[in-house]
Amino acid sequence: MRAPEAEWLGSLAVSRLQVVSGKGGTGKTTVAAALALALAREGRRTLLVEVEGRQGIAQLFGTEALPYEERKIAVAPGGGEVFALAIDAERALLDYLQMFYKLGSAGRALKKLGAIDFATTIAPGLRDVLLTGKACEAVRRKDKAGRFVYDHVVMDAPPTGRITRFLNVNDEVAGLARFGPIHNQAQAVMSVLKSPQTAVHLVTLLEEMPVQETADGIEELVAAGLPVGRVVVNMVRPHHLDEEALRAAAGERRAEVARALSRAGLGGARRGGLAERLVEPLLTQAAEHAGRVELEREQRGVLEGLGLPTYELPLLGAGMDLAGLYELATELRKQGDEE
Amino acid sequence: MTAGVSAGMTVSAGMTESTAAPAMDTPPRLAVDALLDDPGTRIIVCCGAGGVGKTTTAAALGVRAAERGRKVVVLTIDPARRLAQSLGIDSLDNTPRQVAGVAGGGELHAMMLDMKRTFDEIVEAHADAERARAILDNPFYQSLSAGFAGTQEYMAMEKLGQLRARDDWDLIVVDTPPSRSALDFLDAPTRLGSFLDGKFIRVLMAPAKVGGRAGMKFLNVGMSMMTGTLSKLMGASLLKDVQTFVAAMDTMFGGFRTRADATYRLLQAPGTAFLVVAAPEADALREAAYFVERLAADRMPLAGLVLNRVHGSGADQLSAERALAAAENLEEGGIVDQESGKAGLRDSDAATPPLAEEPTRADENATVTATATVTVTEPDEGATDEGVTDGITADEITAGLLRLHAERMQVIAREQRNRDRFTSLHPEVAVAEVAALPGDVHDLAGLRAIGVRLATG
Repeated sequence: MRAPEAEWLGSLAVSRLQVVSGKGGTGKTTVAAALALALAREGRRTLLVEVEGRQGIAQLFGTEALPYEERKIAVAPGGGEVFALAIDAERALLDYLQMFYKLGSAGRALKKLGAIDFATTIAPGLRDVLLTGKACEAVRRKDKAGRFVYDHVVMDAPPTGRITRFLNVNDEVAGLARFGPIHNQAQAVMSVLKSPQTAVHLVTLLEEMPVQETADGIEELVAAGLPVGRVVVNMVRPHHLDEEALRAAAGERRAEVARALSRAGLGGARRGGLAERLVEPLLTQAAEHAGRVELEREQRGVLEGLGLPTYELPLLGAGMDLAGLYELATELRKQGDEE
Repeated sequence: MTAGVSAGMTVSAGMTESTAAPAMDTPPRLAVDALLDDPGTRIIVCCGAGGVGKTTTAAALGVRAAERGRKVVVLTIDPARRLAQSLGIDSLDNTPRQVAGVAGGGELHAMMLDMKRTFDEIVEAHADAERARAILDNPFYQSLSAGFAGTQEYMAMEKLGQLRARDDWDLIVVDTPPSRSALDFLDAPTRLGSFLDGKFIRVLMAPAKVGGRAGMKFLNVGMSMMTGTLSKLMGASLLKDVQTFVAAMDTMFGGFRTRADATYRLLQAPGTAFLVVAAPEADALREAAYFVERLAADRMPLAGLVLNRVHGSGADQLSAERALAAAENLEEGGIVDQESGKAGLRDSDAATPPLAEEPTRADENATVTATATVTVTEPDEGATDEGVTDGITADEITAGLLRLHAERMQVIAREQRNRDRFTSLHPEVAVAEVAALPGDVHDLAGLRAIGVRLATG
């Protein structure tokens, strides 16, 4: 029923678990959702998971808060489906206890005792183990016919500053719990996370701080042996004027600009005329634009130095909505195909 | 800023249209200088979603307060490298260091939180040497203190309590951790408290005390079943680490909770002011609204909202639609004036120097006129013919300027919608706007510039 082998999105489609991180404010939830849509091509099925309890996916898709339950939230062009799940650490722990130990009632007793609360909020790393564990379970899950239930799982992950610790916590936990089921569980999760089945993407803007964090984040991921995927440059603005034209406009061609504005019906070009008075503020804005373009060029250079495949997504002027999300998904597919 | 400009521009008749949605009831302005100058303000907490400029805002407030005469310490959690360098706190020693280059009568100190060190120091200060060693060497403690979810929040509040207790500064500005859920730092002390009060800790401690005489009375059948389960789940060795840790920490727990409660009360005290920091984006303002509600629920004193990276335009009387239409008009090259009256002006413009029409401005205009008359060789019959130099026509340049403007106006309109949504939810919250800067800030001059914008926005 579904396409057997992926020959699109380049090598990106190889990874069945796609983790999307990025500095706060770079739009990682949006990129994760667009990626889930892009991967749900030709009848494929993807699961989009969030792990920080922010209900960002529900807000993006304009639905009510997601329960702890996988539910379909979007249909991709070509019949693919996107499911979504907000993973809740406490529920994941109770599930886990039930699934592996048949601890239905004991689980409730543990909850009453405060043990579940302890495990999911205070006990070091357990929360993260549960969250990544649940995502890995979805990656490995098969139906009765032995096929994977989801072709891809896309995770809207914690921000760049915490991503390596978040993904690597199983290693630490496996070391801390040297034997026993937690140890085994942590090791099993790590075997998925450190394999080519996983790709960790970092979303950035063409600004200094996010780019610096991206560079630092990649270094940390590599040092921890976690597979780095793509850099996604988000909210890229179009460039309208080169610097030379701008200098000319601000200098010797100022009066010409005023007359052009006037010709376009925006008032008189003479000194004090409406068009003439537009020149100064328009030039100020253009100078700011040029400054930003210059900064962006520098930051692009830094990103190129990282030597990773890069996708670029445009800034959507009207703000983010469902139509914009599909637009970004199309853009990701296109760039994936060209890769 | 935008309001001032547009007020000034409405003088020009005939160009009154504006796309910026009519502002709703304008929120009160946050008087930043009054807040900084008030000797009663002892703590300012900057909170908000990640990526909105919390740390930069905290640093800028610190610089401004110090230069206005106060003795300030800024506690940052995870500053960007160059910002930390600009404050001279890029080396981690968990102690405030004085920042050089601050003008005026005050002093600025700054530090970056080292959470493991903060935790270690608490242990060392509250346990005898032998017990402290046992805790510091415990694998469970080492993981806990190395910064799993929650530790950073708790340690930030702990450090704030310490700084306040030293009473060396008359103002503490604190940045908050980029938490997964925004107000974790408020919850951390309570969470620790409820854990310490809970039954679970007694269960954990029971087996460790079995060997001793005192433990037996806790150990009923239900609990032994529980520890059995825990041992099965966690593995016996981890459970033992946890138990050893809990036993070693036992005597310190009281102190922990007392201080956590004290810090929480300190945050509610009148000398504390919370500033919610946001950018005019939908997500950040949604988080900000949540913060405002949460602070109110916890009876924490909110001073106002700092809105970073607000865009404005000096030409906001020209709508995005009109600018785009004009740009297309110029790009197509076939200029047909929509407003017939302008045609005459245009001709006279090209043919005669402006002083004929506006004698009073002739002097100011002399250079512009001179350039214009040199470059323009013929009246603009064919519009795109004018001044084709450098391979780009004036029309193309102008169309580019107009497209940039249209984009700017769209951004402004979007920001205004997001702000209106926040204002309609919380009309009482005072707002300080900080206009967007073209680049990043990483020196004192930049922080000072932000400070000026904070105070005058």
